[in-house]
Amino acid sequence: MKLSPLRCALLVLAGAAAGFAAPAAHAGKTLDAVRQHGRVVCGVSTGLPGFSAVDSKGNWVGLDTDVCRALAAAVLGDAGKVKWTPLNSQQRFTPLQAGEIDVLSRNTTWTLTRDASMGLHFAAVTYYDGQGFMVAKKSKVTNVKQLKGAEICVQSGTTTEKNLTDYFRAQGMKAKPVVFESYEASLKAFFSGRCQAYTTDVSSLAAIRDKEVKNPDDYAILPELISKEPLGPAVRRGDDEWFAIVKWVVYALIEAEELGVTQANAESLKRSANPAVQRLLGGAEDMGRLLGLDKEWAYRAIRAVGNYGEIFDRNLGANSPLKLPRGSNQLWTKGGLMYAPPIR
Amino acid sequence: MIAWLRGNLFSGWASGLATLLVCAGAAALLPDLLRWGATHAVFAPDAEQCRALDGAGACWGVIAEKYRLVLFGRYPHAEHWRPALATALVLAVLAGFLLLPRAGRFFLGRAVPLAAFAAFGIAALAGALFLMAGGALGLAAVDTSRWGGLPLTLLLALGAVVGALPGGILLALGRRSSLPAIRALCAVYIELVRGLPLIPVLFMAAFLFPLFLPRGLGADVLLRVLVALILFAAAHLAEVVRGGLQSVPQGQYDTARALGFTPWQVQRYIILPQALRAALPALTNSFIAVFKDVSLVTVVSLYELTGALQLALAGDADWRPYFLEGYLFIGAIYWAGCFALSRWSARMEAR
Repeated sequence: MKLSPLRCALLVLAGAAAGFAAPAAHAGKTLDAVRQHGRVVCGVSTGLPGFSAVDSKGNWVGLDTDVCRALAAAVLGDAGKVKWTPLNSQQRFTPLQAGEIDVLSRNTTWTLTRDASMGLHFAAVTYYDGQGFMVAKKSKVTNVKQLKGAEICVQSGTTTEKNLTDYFRAQGMKAKPVVFESYEASLKAFFSGRCQAYTTDVSSLAAIRDKEVKNPDDYAILPELISKEPLGPAVRRGDDEWFAIVKWVVYALIEAEELGVTQANAESLKRSANPAVQRLLGGAEDMGRLLGLDKEWAYRAIRAVGNYGEIFDRNLGANSPLKLPRGSNQLWTKGGLMYAPPIR
Repeated sequence: MIAWLRGNLFSGWASGLATLLVCAGAAALLPDLLRWGATHAVFAPDAEQCRALDGAGACWGVIAEKYRLVLFGRYPHAEHWRPALATALVLAVLAGFLLLPRAGRFFLGRAVPLAAFAAFGIAALAGALFLMAGGALGLAAVDTSRWGGLPLTLLLALGAVVGALPGGILLALGRRSSLPAIRALCAVYIELVRGLPLIPVLFMAAFLFPLFLPRGLGADVLLRVLVALILFAAAHLAEVVRGGLQSVPQGQYDTARALGFTPWQVQRYIILPQALRAALPALTNSFIAVFKDVSLVTVVSLYELTGALQLALAGDADWRPYFLEGYLFIGAIYWAGCFALSRWSARMEAR
C-alpha cells in the first residue's frame, strides 16, 4: 500500500501523540516525586484573606496554606518544603491535571462536576462555606425574600453568579445580577449604591464589611445562606496513595482537635495513656506505615501548624483580623460539621 | 511673554475659548485632586489611619507597606537586593543606548563602535539574568516561577523587543522576496499571528504546549512565554518594517545592484538603514505596545508588576481597599518607561 504524504504525516502525529500521552496517564507516584524533589508543590489562590495570601514579608499565610505545610511536614518532615504556585480561579485545574502541582489547596468548592469530570479528587473538607448577602442597614432589608427585584452586585468567573440566579429562580423571584469582572469593581459598585445587595461567600463578607468602610455598622449580613460551599484540597486522579495521604493529613488535624492535642502539648502527649492519642502521635502503633509514611507523620503535621482549631483561630477566627465565628466549622461534638473518621 | 501667550494660547476665538475652558477645568479639579492626593493623604504605612480617611484622601501608606512585594513579586524577601540590582543593570543598558553615542563623541571624539555597544549590552543583561537566577558564586538558585515585579516586566519587554526585531525584519524582507514560497510563508505567518489576540497565544504557550510533551520535559514557563511574546511581536513589527521598506524607492535598489552590490549588501547598507529610520516612530509605537502587553502575562501566573500588585493586596484584608493607589503607583512606573522610550525615539530621529 502506498501512503500519501498527508496520511504519512497523520500517522506520525498519531503515533507521537500516543507515545506522549501514555506516560502522562501512568504518571509516577506523586509521593515518590515529592520525596525525590524534596518539596510539595501546592496550588494556592492569588490572594484571599484568611485562606491563602502573601503577607508584607512575602510569606504565605492562611488556612489553605497551612494544609500544605502540614502535608509537607507529614511527608518530608519539614513544613517549609512547599513550593507555592498561585493560581487564579480560571486556570486552577489545568496545572493539577498537567502534573505541575501536587495538591490544589485553593478555596475550591467540592462539586459533582469537578469531582467527576475535571480529572481530580477532593480529599477532604477544610472549610464549610456558603454564599450570603450584604445590604446597607438603611435599606431596611432583613432577609433575602425582601431582595425581590433588587439589583445585586456579583463578581463573575466563579459559582457565585450561578448560585444567585439558581436561588432566585427556585424562589420564583426575579433577580437582577449586576456582574463585574473584578473584586474591586464589584465592591466599589455596591458601596457607591449601584446595587441594593452584594453577594459572595460569607467567609469574605465579614472581612469586607469590617475593612472596606468606615462604619461597618452601616451594613448588615443577611442570616440566610443560599448555597453550600464545602472547600477543600484536591489531588490528581489516578494516584490513590497520594489521595489517601492528603485526606488523612487533614483528618489528623481534625482528630487532633477532638482529642485535645495541640501544637504545644503534642510532644508531652506522645506518652499519653489514651490509646487514640498514642495512635495519632505514633507513640506506640505505626499508623503512618499504612499510608507509606512513618509513624510520626501526624505528630510532625500537628507540631508544624497545630490542630484544626488552632489553624482556624490563627487564620480566620478569634486570633485573626477576620474574627469569623466557627459556625459549621466547629467540631461535630460541639454542633459543627467537622468530623474525622477514626484513625485506627 | 504677552506675545507668546497671544501667539500660542489666544491666536483666535476658538483657541482662546479652548484655553479658558481647560484653565477652568483645571481650576475646578486641581484643588480636589491636591486635597485627595497630598494634603489629606496618609503616607505612613498605617491601615487604621487609612481607614479613618474613608476615601477623603489617598492612602499612599499602602505603597510604603507593600512596595517591595509590588516591585519584586514573589522573589525571596531576603534576596531582594538581587532583583533590585538586576533592574538597575537593565536600566543601565537602556540608558547606555541613549547616552553612549554622546559620551563617545565627548571623550573619544568619535562614535562608540557597535561591537562595544553590543558587548556592553550583552554583558549587563547576562549579569542581570545571573543575579536573578543565581545558583553559583554563593547566590542561592531562585526558580523562574518566583521572578516577578519590575525586573520581570523589563526583562520580558526587552527580551521580546530584542528577539522580535530581527525576526520582524526577516519577515518583512521575506514578504517582499521575489521567491513565491518564502513570500507566501511570511505572509501567512504574519496574517495568522496578527489575527490572534495575545491572551490565547500566552495560554497556548503556558498550558497547552506542555500537554503535548512528556511530563517533566519541555522548557520553563517563563521561556515559553518569552518565545510566545517574541513570535507575536515579530509579526507586528514585520508590518511596520515593511512600511519602512516601501518608503525606499525601487530606483535605489536597481542603482546599487548596477554598481555591483550583492542583494544582501543592498539591503544591509542601502535599504534597511533608510527603511528603519523611516519606520522609527511606528517602531517606537510597537515597542511601547510590547512593553504594555507584558502586563498580560499575569494571566498565565507570571507575576509582573500588575500581577505582583494583585498578589500583594488581594489577600490582605487591611490593605485590600487601596487598590487604586497601587494602580496609580504602577501607572507612574509604566508612564515613566513609555515616556523614556518616546524621548529615545525622538532623539534617534533627530540624529
